[in-house]
Amino acid sequence: MHHFTRLALASALAISAGTGAALAQGEITVAIQLEPPHLDPTSAAAGAIDSVVYANIFEGLTRFASDGSIIPGLAESWEISEDGTTYTFTLHDGVMFHDGTTMDAEDVKFSLDRARAEDSTNAQKALFAGIQSVDVVDPTTVKVTLGAPDGSFLFNMAWGDAVIVAPESIENIKSTPIGTGAFKFVNWTQGDSVVMEKNPDYWGTPAKLDKATIKFISDPTAAFAAVMAEDIDAFAGFPAPENLPQFEADPRFQVLNGSTEGETILAMNNKAAPFDNVKVREAVSHAIDRQAIIDGAMFGLGTPIGTHFAPHNPAYVDLTGMSNYDPEKAKALLAEAGLADGFETTLHLPPPSYARRGGEIIAAQLAAVGITAEIINVEWAQWLESVFRGKDFGLTIVSHTEPMDINIYARPDYYFQYDSKAFQDLMTKLNGTTDTEGRTAILQEAQEMIAGDYVNAYLFELAFTTVAKAGIQGLWVNAPTQATDLTGVSWAD
Amino acid sequence: MLRYSLKRLLSLLISLAVASVVIFLVIEVAPGDPAAIMLGINAQPDTLASLRAELGLDVPKWERYLNWVGGMVQGDFGTSYTYRTPVADMIAARMQVSLPLALYALTLSTLIAFPAGIYAAARRGRGGDMAVMGATQLGVAVPNFWFAMMLVLLFAINLRWFGAGGFPGWDKGLWAGLHALTLPAIALALPQAAILARVMRSALIDILGEDFMRTARAKGLTRRQALWRHGVRNALIPVLTIIGLQFSFLLAGSIIIEQVFYLPGLGRLVFQAISARDLIVVESVVMLLVFAVITVNFLVDIAYALVDPRLRSRT
Repeated sequence: MHHFTRLALASALAISAGTGAALAQGEITVAIQLEPPHLDPTSAAAGAIDSVVYANIFEGLTRFASDGSIIPGLAESWEISEDGTTYTFTLHDGVMFHDGTTMDAEDVKFSLDRARAEDSTNAQKALFAGIQSVDVVDPTTVKVTLGAPDGSFLFNMAWGDAVIVAPESIENIKSTPIGTGAFKFVNWTQGDSVVMEKNPDYWGTPAKLDKATIKFISDPTAAFAAVMAEDIDAFAGFPAPENLPQFEADPRFQVLNGSTEGETILAMNNKAAPFDNVKVREAVSHAIDRQAIIDGAMFGLGTPIGTHFAPHNPAYVDLTGMSNYDPEKAKALLAEAGLADGFETTLHLPPPSYARRGGEIIAAQLAAVGITAEIINVEWAQWLESVFRGKDFGLTIVSHTEPMDINIYARPDYYFQYDSKAFQDLMTKLNGTTDTEGRTAILQEAQEMIAGDYVNAYLFELAFTTVAKAGIQGLWVNAPTQATDLTGVSWAD
Repeated sequence: MLRYSLKRLLSLLISLAVASVVIFLVIEVAPGDPAAIMLGINAQPDTLASLRAELGLDVPKWERYLNWVGGMVQGDFGTSYTYRTPVADMIAARMQVSLPLALYALTLSTLIAFPAGIYAAARRGRGGDMAVMGATQLGVAVPNFWFAMMLVLLFAINLRWFGAGGFPGWDKGLWAGLHALTLPAIALALPQAAILARVMRSALIDILGEDFMRTARAKGLTRRQALWRHGVRNALIPVLTIIGLQFSFLLAGSIIIEQVFYLPGLGRLVFQAISARDLIVVESVVMLLVFAVITVNFLVDIAYALVDPRLRSRT
């Protein structure tokens, strides 16, 4: 037995030789949880695609900064006509795609026309619906004409779905993405990682890193082990919140707590009884204790919200007081609605932990006011089929991660089926407004309107947590869009 | 021998045909439209329709079944809906991880189980036997992913001898590849070794009570000679069965271990494909696994005949 142990130890030691070599300071390995299906951000909804390519490989006319504001991208400046229907973009001069072809107004026209074409498979085709024509004025000037003024047009152009691609490289874009960004795509080992290297011919501020690897680790336990073993340098969107205190206490690591555009809501089927009664919806909203859900399901991470809007946005209004936790009031409201004995409904829960863990807590809170919610766990495919498209549900929990998506409340056929003429008019007015002040006022009115109609019970803004080695600087703290922007990342000396 | 093999081969083909129908039906019946999953909740109906047409999802189901089976017979597994690359290429790439991992684990499991089982049988009822049986009891009871996590905790996080997971690719050298697969292989091998050791022991104990063992001793063989020449060889039949089953299990059943060690293997491919409703990938991989399992069973049947001449003469 003695011999055996010593032998095992010796062979294990021998095998271990060769690991532990420190990586060069010009390289980084960042892990994210989900692997993209392919690498074309303009033809799928998967956020994981943007998590790899946005800002690193592909760029649009405008882009999101880490605080969610819109800054110039490939367009150096723009002019908006008086009536708000014509945008004339001036492009940066001398921009090259990674394959050496030039990026000019023709490529912009190609990209936008491709996205809005009849046979387009762009997942966010609505972003381009307002475009009437795209005209090339000269190689660095492009004119976009809209059918009607659209105050959010520059915002729309910052999405990953609106990045500029080239006709020369479009055919293989899914496996070999060719963009204009500060990093060039090197290779993708499916199931494992994507490797990028610095683009030496970048038109803007060059990347500080020579090489970046984005690894895909979906299992929370594996994520913890990989960071702890220092196999990876950072994990963006760390999936195991229960382990964060351990990293916070460890001087080898830093923990970045940021927010996302993910409004997590308990959605109600506004057209199905009894949720077609506003009193019932109000009762549900008062029956929910947000903090208990954040503490119990999210390990304390997340900001309570009272409406469908991101708290880090300057136009946000804190309306949590309108639906404060008050079970007695909830019972009274149910009695007013003629449901003093409560009622039974269904609670559909998609796979993410905010829904599955949060759902258990919410079901218990609803039970306390007499509402029996039968929990039905579903996969995303089923959720899309039965809840989202079939509208066959009472309650469901989902996080709406698209940025600035309050306008979904103007779609009466959207899955929670809120049909309010007043709100729809308000959104039309918003589209016609381009000045910031006017837009803020309208957005605030909109937030109050949906909170007052108790369309859904608003729970919390999803947190975004990054765990990184202590020496890394320049990582995005917030996630205004799904992205792992490495262009400004470097190692401290 | 030939007739025996042909009979086995026929049953192999029938099993495959039945399996293909069952797999297709089960996977196609599950709800979820691959195009809808890819385009997300903001997709417009016309966008969905053009993607469905692009993916070939707009033809009737029976036609898709025939295309699928027809393609597979010619070695064409179709094109993945989400990755848009040939399924055969994807499977080949993932096999480079899964197959060596399964073989590695099987080798380890055999190397542990044979000595342990033979030792225990030879010392039946004594201390050594008790110790081996106790250890295997534990090995059978504890799930492999728990072993995996403990191994990571000890060897990756505390001792830093191994990485916590991932696979660098064989182009980084045989050594780097084997090194990366060592912890997963051990985690997979331990429970299998425990089962195998128990089977080895009980098979051997049965054999040791047989008349021919007494005869062997009577003609002057030592205990040890009798054990090796007559005992172990006869105990191999049940052991081979288990090894065959284990190989299939290791190939198909490493999904959890591949998650824990984030290895780009077949299990992870299936897992991702299921959540993305990449039906053609799921169908083809499952079909391939069925093929592998049935083929392994076929080979085990043939191997029986080789180690046991009595089976050859039977029809």
